[in-house]
Amino acid sequence: MPRTFTPKVVTANALIEGDVIYLAADDSWTRELRNADVLTDEAVAQIRLIEASSRVSEAVGVYLADVTPTSDGPQPKHFREDFRRKGPSNHFHGKQASGL
Amino acid sequence: MYRYSDFDAAFVAERNRQFRQQVERRIDGSLTEDEFKPLRLMNGLYLQLHAYMLRVAVPYGTLSAPQMRQLAYLAEKWDKGYGHFTTRQNIQYNWPELRDIPDMLDALGEVQMHAIQTSGNTIRNVTADHFAGAAADEIADPRPVAELIRQWSTDHPEFQSMPRKFKIAVTGSAHDRAVIRAHDIGLRIVERGGARGFEVLVGGGLGRTPMIGKVITDFLPGADLLPYLEAIVSVWNLIGRRDNKYKARIKITVHEHGIDEIRRLVDARFAELRPAFSGVDQQMLADIEAQFAPPALRDASVAPYQTAYDSDPVFRSWADTNLTAHRDPQHVIVEISLKAHGATPGDASAEQMRVMADLAERFGHNELRVSHEQNIVLPHVHKSDLPQIHAILRQHGLATANIGLISDIIACPGMDYCALATARSIPIAQEIATRFDDLKLEHEIGDLKIKISGCINACGHHHVGHIGILGLDRAGVENYQITLGGDHTETAALGARTGPGFPAEEIVGAVETIVNTYLDIRLGRDETFIETFRRTGMDPFKAALYPAKEERQADAA
Repeated sequence: MPRTFTPKVVTANALIEGDVIYLAADDSWTRELRNADVLTDEAVAQIRLIEASSRVSEAVGVYLADVTPTSDGPQPKHFREDFRRKGPSNHFHGKQASGL
Repeated sequence: MYRYSDFDAAFVAERNRQFRQQVERRIDGSLTEDEFKPLRLMNGLYLQLHAYMLRVAVPYGTLSAPQMRQLAYLAEKWDKGYGHFTTRQNIQYNWPELRDIPDMLDALGEVQMHAIQTSGNTIRNVTADHFAGAAADEIADPRPVAELIRQWSTDHPEFQSMPRKFKIAVTGSAHDRAVIRAHDIGLRIVERGGARGFEVLVGGGLGRTPMIGKVITDFLPGADLLPYLEAIVSVWNLIGRRDNKYKARIKITVHEHGIDEIRRLVDARFAELRPAFSGVDQQMLADIEAQFAPPALRDASVAPYQTAYDSDPVFRSWADTNLTAHRDPQHVIVEISLKAHGATPGDASAEQMRVMADLAERFGHNELRVSHEQNIVLPHVHKSDLPQIHAILRQHGLATANIGLISDIIACPGMDYCALATARSIPIAQEIATRFDDLKLEHEIGDLKIKISGCINACGHHHVGHIGILGLDRAGVENYQITLGGDHTETAALGARTGPGFPAEEIVGAVETIVNTYLDIRLGRDETFIETFRRTGMDPFKAALYPAKEERQADAA
C-alpha cells in the first residue's frame, strides 16, 4: 500500500516585508493560511514548490508545510507553523495584530 | 569612551553605502537569495520566523546616552517601539523591513554604531565585563583591549571565511562576569611581577557540544596580545573542521587535537607572526586607553542615600538587590532590571531606553552598559543620587528589585522569533517569574540563576545556569529538559541533566519542585542554591522531580 501523503501548503517569507506568505491556488501569495492552496498530491506539491522557489524576487526560503484540511481552511500540523501563522506569544504583534 | 576616528567613520559609511546597493540589487532581482544571504549576514541582518531581524553591535556592551537615544529612535521609526538586548550585549530589532535596513544602518552610523560582524563566520562583537572600569575587584579596564581587538578583527582579510563564528570575551577582574570560560577565546587581565598581561583560555563554548575553555597560556605579555590572538585564529582557520558545521567551532578542534598540540601549533605560528607586529598596535592601544580615562567622580555627602535606605523599604529592597560595590566607596554600580515580572527578558521600550539615557546623562557620566544577563547598567553613580534615580525608574517600570534572583532569567528569543528554535523560551521565563513573584519567595530563595534556551544552540546559556532549561521539539510537542549545577563564573561548570524532560505545562511546576527541595535541604539562608547543589549533588533534586520512577525502582528491587 502506498504511504499516505500528508496535505501541504507552499510557504515562505516575503522578500521585502519578511513576513509569512502562502501560495494560493491562483499562484498569488497570500498572508493568510486559510487562503492557501492545499496540496493533496505529492507530485503536484513538488511541482508547485519548484515553481514557487523560482520566484526569487518575491519569496525567501520556500518550503512545504504539513497541514490538516478542515472546513475552516487548512490548519497547521506543527506548533512552529502555528506560531508562523499568528505571531509571537509575548507581544501582540505580527499576523494576529493585523487581524489575519 | 572610544570615539570613531575619521578612518572608522569612513569605513562604516562606505560599508553602509555598499550594503545599500546590495539591498537594492536584491530587491530588483539582480541578486538571488543565495548570493545576498552572506552579504546581509555580514551586516547583521537575519530573516526570522515572522520578519527580518537586525542585530546591532554594542561593542563590549558600552553605550553613551546619545547612542541609547538613537537605539530608541530606531525602535520607534522602523520597529514596533522596542528592542531586545541579548546575551552577547547586542540589541536586536525584530520587525524591520528589508528596504528600511540601509536607513537604519545610516542612523546607527550617525552615533558611531554599526551591525558589522554581528553574524556570519567571522570574529563577532567582542564582549566584556559589564562592570568594566567601575568594579571594585578590577585590575584594569578591559574595554581598551576589547576595542583594539574590535579594530583588529573588523574586516580582517584572513578571517572573513572561517569554519564557523568566533567569539571573544575579556575581563579585567578575578571574578568573571563575562563568561570567558564559555567563549572561543576568553581573556583575563592579570599581573605578574609588576607586568600586565593576559591569562588566555581557548576552546570554550556552549551549543550542542558544551565545553569549558582551557588555559593555553597563564601569562601572555600584554604587547603580544594581537599576534597571539592572530596565531590562535590562524591555526584554527587551517585545521578547524569544515566538513561538518557541528564540529567546526574551535572547542572541537581543541578537543580533538588536545590543548598541548594546539599550544604547540599556536606557539609556532606566533613565532612567525610576532615580528610583523612592529608596535603600532601598542601605540594604538595607548591612544584608545586615553579615551577610556575614568570619569571625574564627585566627592559629596552620601547622607541622602542613607536617609532613603533607612526610611523607604521599597528603596531598600532595590538597593540591596540591584547595587554593586564601585571602586570608589561613595559610588555604586546600578543595575536596571529588564526583567519586570511577566515581561520579556531583555526587552526595553523606546520610552524606557530614553529614560535610561536621560539617567546616564544626569547621574551617570553619560555611560550605560548592556550586561550579558540582559540588563542595563549605570556604572558610575554617586550614592546621593540613588533615591532620585530609583523614583524615576519606578515611574517607567524599571525598578524591579530582582538582580541575581530567580526572576532575573536569561532567555533567548526562542520560537517566538527565532527560525532555529525548537521551542519557546520567553513564555517559560515569564511564567516562572510570575509564579515566584506571586509566591513572594524570591528574596527568600536568594542568588539563583535560571537560563533558558529554545534550542540546542544555547544562546540562553542554559548549560551554565544554576538551573538550565532547554526547549526541544519532542514528536511535535514542546518539551523542556532541565540541567542543574551550571556556573558561568570563574568556577565555571556545565550543568548535569536531571532526567527526562517536561512538557510546557509542567516545566514551571518542576522548577518549583527544585526550588522547594533546595529550601528544604539548605543548611541555612547563607547557603545559596549552587552551594547546596554542590554539597548534595543531584540525588535529592532527582528524587523530588521523579518520585514515581524512584518508587517503581524501589518496588522492582
